[in-house]
Amino acid sequence: MKSSFKPLPEITLAEFASPEQLLTAAEKMRESGYTRFDCHSPFPIHGMDDAMGLGRSPLGYIVGVMGSVGLLGMLLLTWWTSAVDYPFVISGKPYFSWQAYIPVVFAITVLFSAFGAFFGMLSLNQLPRLFHPVFGSERFGRVTDGGFFVSVQADDALYEREKVAAFLESIGGKNVEVVTGDED
Amino acid sequence: MSSDVEDISDLEVQQEILVAGNPTFEKITDVVSRIVEGKPTRWWYGLFTVSVLLTIMLAANLVYLFWEGTGIWGLNNPVGWGWAIVNFVFWVGIGHAGTLISAILFLLRQRWRTSINRFAEAMTIFAVICALLFPAIHVGRVWVLYWVFPLPNQMSMWPNWRSPLLWDTFAVSTYFTCSLLFWYVGLVPDLATLRDRARSRLRKIFYGIFSLGWRGGNRQWRHYELAYLVLAGVSTPLVLSVHSIVSTDFATSLLPGWHTTIFPPYFVAGAIFSGFAMVLTLSLIARKVFGLEDIITPRTLERMNKIILVTGMMVGYAYAMEFFIAWYSGNGYEKFAFVNRAFGPYAWAYWIMVSCNVIVPQLFWSKKLRNSIPVMFVASILINVGMWFERFVIVVTLSRDFLPSSWDYYSPTAYDVMLLIGSFGLFFTMFLLFLRFLPMVAMSEVKGVLPQADPHYHPPGGGS
Repeated sequence: MKSSFKPLPEITLAEFASPEQLLTAAEKMRESGYTRFDCHSPFPIHGMDDAMGLGRSPLGYIVGVMGSVGLLGMLLLTWWTSAVDYPFVISGKPYFSWQAYIPVVFAITVLFSAFGAFFGMLSLNQLPRLFHPVFGSERFGRVTDGGFFVSVQADDALYEREKVAAFLESIGGKNVEVVTGDED
Repeated sequence: MSSDVEDISDLEVQQEILVAGNPTFEKITDVVSRIVEGKPTRWWYGLFTVSVLLTIMLAANLVYLFWEGTGIWGLNNPVGWGWAIVNFVFWVGIGHAGTLISAILFLLRQRWRTSINRFAEAMTIFAVICALLFPAIHVGRVWVLYWVFPLPNQMSMWPNWRSPLLWDTFAVSTYFTCSLLFWYVGLVPDLATLRDRARSRLRKIFYGIFSLGWRGGNRQWRHYELAYLVLAGVSTPLVLSVHSIVSTDFATSLLPGWHTTIFPPYFVAGAIFSGFAMVLTLSLIARKVFGLEDIITPRTLERMNKIILVTGMMVGYAYAMEFFIAWYSGNGYEKFAFVNRAFGPYAWAYWIMVSCNVIVPQLFWSKKLRNSIPVMFVASILINVGMWFERFVIVVTLSRDFLPSSWDYYSPTAYDVMLLIGSFGLFFTMFLLFLRFLPMVAMSEVKGVLPQADPHYHPPGGGS
């Protein structure tokens, strides 16, 4: 089945036996100059970001911006509705009694931050993406069970099918296979 | 240097085996996924039938309520708030333990939480759904419920932002949304596990869509872990703020017995207390019925009992302090309200509350009793009975207001009772569906706390 999406590059997969081996493999991949590779595991592995040479996720900035939008937006809304659009004296308080508005402003700040974290995470991870070449591998299903894999994308500058396969085997990879996403 | 320090602390954390028998990653997947993949037991069908019947009863009652109005409830002149508000506070309170377990214990690196956090979070979501039902229906004219939201309307009116009832709307709906997002983010890797194990086409499509195409790559995990941390961070203040705001429904009024500054912390402690009791009840049933004794270990249960003991003591302290302040304030109305609680027409409810919430948790001082499953099961149920009565006692303080001529005794009608029981039906229907279709233990998190998940792990007996 041909999809209308931009086709994803071919991928070489190799399986590793343990978190320790995957971490070492990641270090070796990075040291050899690979950039378009990923390490797949059933759970996040401590220290993997450093091993792969990844920086800190920018998600915090998204959350910060979203939270600020919630905070300021809600302050603006409470001010405009109670002091501008329909000023109304309630219990002799000032129109804009911001102290009493804090609970709602706080709630919306939290809500927007949570949206920022959730949708920001999805967009940074390019999810949902229901199809991906790696799903073409039967063995790769083990990654959500107890399997550890390295995947190298063909758009990596160093990618050459045979060389990548040989390299993955030299750093302890087993069951090296190529998936193109063209099957079925 | 800093990495050395981290390694040492990691080793110390991992000295304790959190999952009994130290299973392999595959074993964890198998034990948890099998529950969802196999045929449900007769127990499940029996409980589900009862729950669905109770939910149908709830629906029928709601239809009659909307048709007839809140006059079918036992509300009378001094007691203008009845069971609807009692049930609301009760259900919101239950939810709080789930958030405490999933958010606060996560930030505090309490790794034993991984075995119970998934269904504690599920419990939160379903409890908050039940909670949201009651304020929605207690407004009477449910068809104008949208007035609580700041929507432009033909009257050009806006909500009163100073009202605690409006604060409730925002606090509880934010709480619900954040809990749902947090729960779902946690579920994604586990849904991917079920997707990869799925045999039938229907399951492949269902779990395939909801796992969003998760691939478990570290480029995904790094954003995922930060999102999880942020969601834990933003949920943490909610544990304290939501029930504080709920307590202002009472505390910002000018009524003796309600107008007290102790209410917010007292409500929060009570919420965590009752919520842990509910988590305990549910986990004891779940580990028995689904054979999860190795994952939900006795140590975890004991820790929950310790939290119940601590929060129970806080609640007991609040009861005592309310009395003390009533006397110390020298305010005759305040004093009357409390003497009336303990020795007035509702003394029976007050003493049920005190026995269940203050006396029962004292059992857990004994190591033997807090490790005994029958004892903790009975205690957890009694505590929730007691916590329901606590809210009842607070609300029926209204029955004797300032003027003796307007005093009246509040009793619920059959509709009140059916709505409460029906809400339990709704809760258990959702909970049983959750047990049937979603992984009830966070597999990826449990795998992450196994000793061999640490890249510096060396199996005992040499080798690497």
